[in-house]
Amino acid sequence: MLRFIENLDRRWLFLLMGLLVLLPLLFPLALPLTVSPRVRNFHDAIAKIPDGSTVLMPCDYDPGGIPEMVPMTRTALKQLFDKNCKVVVICLWNGGPGLVDRVVRGVAQENNKVDGVDWVNLGFKEGREAVMQVMGQGIANAFPRDHKGRDTRSLPIMKGVRDYSSFPLLVSISSGYPGTKEWVQQVQSRFHLPMVAGVTAVSAPEYYPYLQSGQLLGLLGGMAGAAEYEKIRNEKGTATRGMDAQSMAHVFVALCILLGNWVQWMKRKGGRA
Amino acid sequence: MKRELPLMITAAVGLFMILSFFVPHHVVSVPADFLQSSAIIIVAFGYVLGGANVLKLNAEAIYRRNPGWIYKLILVVALISTVVLGLFDGCNRKGAFLEEGSSSKWIYDQFYSPMSATMFSMLAFYIASAAFRAFRIRTVEAGLLAVAALIVMLGRVPVGSLATSWLPGWLQLPTMQEWIMEIPQNAAKRAILIGAALGVMATGLRVILGIERSYLSGED
Repeated sequence: MLRFIENLDRRWLFLLMGLLVLLPLLFPLALPLTVSPRVRNFHDAIAKIPDGSTVLMPCDYDPGGIPEMVPMTRTALKQLFDKNCKVVVICLWNGGPGLVDRVVRGVAQENNKVDGVDWVNLGFKEGREAVMQVMGQGIANAFPRDHKGRDTRSLPIMKGVRDYSSFPLLVSISSGYPGTKEWVQQVQSRFHLPMVAGVTAVSAPEYYPYLQSGQLLGLLGGMAGAAEYEKIRNEKGTATRGMDAQSMAHVFVALCILLGNWVQWMKRKGGRA
Repeated sequence: MKRELPLMITAAVGLFMILSFFVPHHVVSVPADFLQSSAIIIVAFGYVLGGANVLKLNAEAIYRRNPGWIYKLILVVALISTVVLGLFDGCNRKGAFLEEGSSSKWIYDQFYSPMSATMFSMLAFYIASAAFRAFRIRTVEAGLLAVAALIVMLGRVPVGSLATSWLPGWLQLPTMQEWIMEIPQNAAKRAILIGAALGVMATGLRVILGIERSYLSGED
C-alpha cells in the first residue's frame, strides 16, 4: 500500500484534480458563503459615492486571470452602472486590452449604456508607473486616443474629466505588476484618491497592510472575494459557481500534503525499525 | 567622458524629479511633467528594441539548427505575422487595431487568450503534484508552515466553514485563517514592505550619487 502510494503516477493526481474541478461545475453543491468585512467594505465604498459620478477603473490583467478577475470586474461594473455612474476604464497590461474591452462592452450592453457617453475604454498604454504619474497631469495627456482610436477629449464622458481630482473613487482590478500596489503607491498616496481593489487570491495578502492603513477602503481577494461580492449583490455569477470547484481543489491539495507526508513518515519509521 | 556624461545626466534628472515631488511651482513641475511624458515614449521604443532582440537571437538559433529550433521558428513567424497584421489593421482602422472584426482581435481571441488561460490553469495540476511530492515536513518550522497553509487553504473556501461549523467560534477554520492573515501574516508583510521601500530608496540614492553603475554596460 505504502509503496503503491509512493510510486503513484502523477497523472492520476492530474486526473483526480481535473474531475474534482469539473464535477462541481457540472453539478453545483451550493456550499454556503460567508461575506467578509473586506468585501463588505468594497461594496459599501462604491455604494457611498454620489450617483452619476465618474469613476476610474484600471483593469490590469490578462487572460490568465479570467476566472478571478472577470467576475469581480463584471459585478463592480454592474454596481456602478446601477448608480448611473460613468466609468473610465484603462489597462496597463499589454495582454489585457482585448479581454477587458470584451468584458466591459458586454456588461455595458446588458445595462443599455452608451460607449463614449456612459463608459469608455481608453485602452492600453505602456509605461507602468510613469503612465500613472502622467495621468495626474491630465487623463487625456496619457491617453490622447481611446481603445477605438477616437480623440479622447472629444468624447462626452470626458467633458468633466480632467485629472484624478475628477474621480471620487478608483476601482483597481489587478492580477499583479503593474497593478493595485502601484496605484496605491503612485496615486492614492500622492493624489489622495480613495481606492478599492480586486486582486488575485495569491497576491491578496500583499495588500492587507494597505487595507489596515486605510489606503484601501475594501478588498476582493480572488474568486472567493468575487463570490462574496456576488452574494452581497444577490447575483449568481461565475465566481459563485466556481467556489464549489475551488473548495474541492483546496481539499484535494490539503489531502495531497497530508498523504505525501504520511508516506514519508511511515518510510522513516520503517527505516529506523 | 563616455562614462561621466550618463552619470551626470542620471544624477541631475534624479535630483530634479525628487525636487519636483516637493516643489509644486510651474518652473519645476512643467519640466518634470515633460520628463515623465518622455519616459512613456522611451519605454515604447523598448518594444522595438525587444522585438529586434528576439528576432536576432531566434534567427541565429534557427540558422544553426539549435535544439528546439522549430519552436523558435514558430515564435518568429507568429511575431512577424502579428506585427504585420497589426500594422495593416492600425492603418485601415485609424489605430483601433483591436476592434471587433480586426485580424489582431482574431489572433488575440483565438490564440493568445486561450493559450494564456491554459498556461495559468495548468498550475492547479502542478500544485497538486508538488503538494504530494515536494511539501515535506522535516523541521518544526516546516510543520508550522504546513499547519498554517492547511488552515488558510481550507478556511478560505466554503467547505472549511461547513466542516467546522459545529465547533466553538474561535476554533472554526474561517476564524483561525482570518487571525493568521490579519496578525502574523500582516506583520511579516508590513516588515517586508518597509524593508523593500528602504532598499529602493537606498538603491535610488546609489544610482543618483553614481555609486551604483550596473546600468552602464553591465559594470558593477
